[in-house]
Amino acid sequence: MLKPTDIANPDYFHKVVDCQWACPAHTPVPEYIRLIAHGRYSDAYMINWKSNVFPGILGRTCDRPCEPACRRSRVEDENLVKGKKEPVAICRLKRVAADYKDDDDINSKMPKAPEKNGRRVACIGGGPSSLTVARDLAVLGYEIVIYDQDPKLGGFIRTQIPHFRLPESVIDEEVGYITGIGNVEFRHQRVDSLKAVLAEGYDAVFVGSGAPRGRDLDVPGRKEAAANIHIGLDWLSSVSFGHIDKVGKRVIVLGGGNTAMDCCRTARRLGGEDVKVIVRSGFDEMKASPWEKEDAIGEDIPILNMLVPKEVRHEGGKIKGVLFEKVVAKYDDKGRRSLVPSGEPDEFHECDDVLVAIGQENAFPWIEKDAGIEFDKWGLPQLNEKTFASTHPKVFFGGDAAFGPKNIIWAAAHGHEAATSIHKMLIGENPEERPAPGVNVASQKMGIHEWSYDNAPTIDHRLKVPHRPKQEALKDIMAEVELGFDPQLAFKEAQRCLNCDVQTVFSGQLCIECDACVDICPMDCITFTENGEEKELRTRLTAPAMNPTQDLYIGAGLKTQRVMVKDEDVCLHCGLCAERCPTGAWDMRKYYIEMTHAEHACRKQ
Amino acid sequence: MTYIAKPRLHHPSLVKNKAGFTRRDYEGAVSTLCAGCGHDSISAAIIQACYELDILPHQVAKLSGIGCSSKAPTYFVGASHGFNTVHGRMPSVMTGANLANRDLIYMGVSGDGDSASIGLGQFAHVMRRGVNMTYIVMNNGVYGLTKGQFSATADKGSISKKGVSNPDSSIDMVSLAILMGATFVGRSFSGDKHQLVPLIKAAMDHKGAAFLDVISPCVAFNNHAGSTKSYDYVREHNEALNRIDFIETREEITTSYDPGTTKIVQQHDGSILRLRKLGEDYDPSDKVAAVKRVQEGLHAGEVVTGLLYVDPTPSDLHANLNTVDVPLNTLNAPDLCPGTSALDKINASLR
Repeated sequence: MLKPTDIANPDYFHKVVDCQWACPAHTPVPEYIRLIAHGRYSDAYMINWKSNVFPGILGRTCDRPCEPACRRSRVEDENLVKGKKEPVAICRLKRVAADYKDDDDINSKMPKAPEKNGRRVACIGGGPSSLTVARDLAVLGYEIVIYDQDPKLGGFIRTQIPHFRLPESVIDEEVGYITGIGNVEFRHQRVDSLKAVLAEGYDAVFVGSGAPRGRDLDVPGRKEAAANIHIGLDWLSSVSFGHIDKVGKRVIVLGGGNTAMDCCRTARRLGGEDVKVIVRSGFDEMKASPWEKEDAIGEDIPILNMLVPKEVRHEGGKIKGVLFEKVVAKYDDKGRRSLVPSGEPDEFHECDDVLVAIGQENAFPWIEKDAGIEFDKWGLPQLNEKTFASTHPKVFFGGDAAFGPKNIIWAAAHGHEAATSIHKMLIGENPEERPAPGVNVASQKMGIHEWSYDNAPTIDHRLKVPHRPKQEALKDIMAEVELGFDPQLAFKEAQRCLNCDVQTVFSGQLCIECDACVDICPMDCITFTENGEEKELRTRLTAPAMNPTQDLYIGAGLKTQRVMVKDEDVCLHCGLCAERCPTGAWDMRKYYIEMTHAEHACRKQ
Repeated sequence: MTYIAKPRLHHPSLVKNKAGFTRRDYEGAVSTLCAGCGHDSISAAIIQACYELDILPHQVAKLSGIGCSSKAPTYFVGASHGFNTVHGRMPSVMTGANLANRDLIYMGVSGDGDSASIGLGQFAHVMRRGVNMTYIVMNNGVYGLTKGQFSATADKGSISKKGVSNPDSSIDMVSLAILMGATFVGRSFSGDKHQLVPLIKAAMDHKGAAFLDVISPCVAFNNHAGSTKSYDYVREHNEALNRIDFIETREEITTSYDPGTTKIVQQHDGSILRLRKLGEDYDPSDKVAAVKRVQEGLHAGEVVTGLLYVDPTPSDLHANLNTVDVPLNTLNAPDLCPGTSALDKINASLR
């Protein structure tokens, strides 16, 4: 028998907001999308800024874990929207907030550092995780010192992401909001010793040094042709700082991740005419985000799959091309994949330059063996997964340095958690006790048939972000390819959002079991029935609840001793159940759930 | 009512029936009745029944009189024919329509005011004549549109929302329909679709006058303590005599039941009504026993529900009148005016 759902637990309705739940930083997505629809771009920006720190940057570059989770992609009907089921373009809407915000308004909303509290925290690495720690702690009076080897803050955001995807002005602006708080000092200094940093007497040290080492190619001919073989990470960084401004006409990019996509598109802009990506795995298994692959293909870059580099051919120190062995994927009993030679003849591809983007690794040569930091067998620090504390009491990790290469949004999420831990530790609280999120509940009822949100779902298909014409884009490496939604497109796309944070809240004591909600629900989500075991219950609802990752909302307190079962999976949050309810047993209530950062870290769980 | 239209998005598992429609295709406009009205649940049950019967919407004619219930046909099977007639006169219009086109599926929707007060005479005669139809009374015991006066079906002694006791005897539509000659009579409750949907399906398939009295609580004016037509009262006093499974002839019967627990009624067209007994032994094909059981229930304050009476071999208006087999509207001039030779033959036969 299923227990009645405990909606007092903030996680229950948080989970219903699929995008927010999937976001590592738990950004309140539907709230800022509504604000964008209302033209309140600055407010939408500030919600993002609080949660994920880099709205303008993420609105262009995020890996978007929110979008595959979006409920919209589960409820669309191909015939109605005339196209495949698609999530809301959450990421690109975020950019709209950044593009159209009122800068004066934003500046006035930015926090300022209070008087110094006498504590000093060092952040090693100037990337997103360190910057997040700096922001969360600077507003509490901490003095922050950020170390980075590069002349400007930003880390991989600045060095790895080509400017045609992310203009430098956006980085400068959003880094500026953090340094502008005050109490944040940047030292353009490479850190070669953790002990030396600790010796400076910091109260805590945060390591956000990323995963800076690009994996190298290990095949015959690599050394001899070294002049024309470049490690993708380093090459992109050199391009970013203007040290490299051209490449050969024929370029092979090895690797199937997002770095490979950035390499090949950069090469197209530096003189590469015949640029191709060659990958060991199949197309669908590539690590690159689908839209990045799409953009690369759109710039006339073919992606060749199931080819493993075997040898670099060269002549007189000059590269001729790369020989590839053709492979096929074989799966063992456990479903593990291995690539085995297909037996077909090897393929040779001529080229002038090779860019190697076959993975990146963590490297901590600057952490002394006796510094008190324990590492695991993969070379990653041993961390408390909740607090991000290392085995050294004063040292915390976050971003790619913590659990290996991930994305910017993860770095921001780690930064928040680490900052909370550092603050709790330094005010004498137990960092293991994590603060509960803030929850603000508000009924959306305005009148008998009126709600304070747009409850009628649209059936519009996902809109495409306008791009700069290809010929123009390829000519200028600084010209941003994506032009972003304009306010009209943004409004239309924002209206596709189902407002999943406006929750259907059920009060069994008020229900007279008239079935009005069951009859009106367009998605057949609601059933009044005898309670039972979940697995069996899921099969005998008005419509079967076949997605076990989505909860059943169980409402009790009914006169007939039955239970109300609502399948959260495909609810449109249209509010018709509440509108047709004669007794107010259903209400549409907005649950604004906000993660608690260091600022309010003393909030008890 | 609701300001937004019901979204067209639907559950991914929605499937099409043999007619090529999903259940959603049988919906009508969004209801403008009060929230929680039992009538909306009956509309939903009709939608479900039509979907399950693979009915082509354009072969359905919905007729109604005046009242809350008579608005309801707008809210189901939108792609069908509809006629909102004069108060209490729906049976006449339906009789005429049926005579003109016998091929349509006729559904009369009426209320306790429309059928038991102003239209009582018409109600009696449409049953007598055996018009092939499904006649549903959405019975809530009050005049909802005029703010809750007792209707003719309100039980004697039931209490109005204002606290007044009803001094008049009530008209029992089920007893009346059986006595007047309806050949399929059932009663159900808007809050029990498991019982209601199969009853509607069987009634729609019945080739004669089928009547369903569906208790449908009025949330606005008749859902309080002391009412005998409230959700709570009906749930507490519901005496379901049977559960019916309606089986169309074209489907093979695959499940078997213990002989003591079910009763099979095979109708004239070969379709089968399988009645699962609930408690007492009840034979719905025995007219005298049916009237007796329904009256006993009334005296005991029970709401007796289920298939209460069925004549498996009904004859309908067209059989009684010996009309042609095709709809009158398909007869063309040569059929209607066969010429002098035909006239001569008739004249000769009369000489």
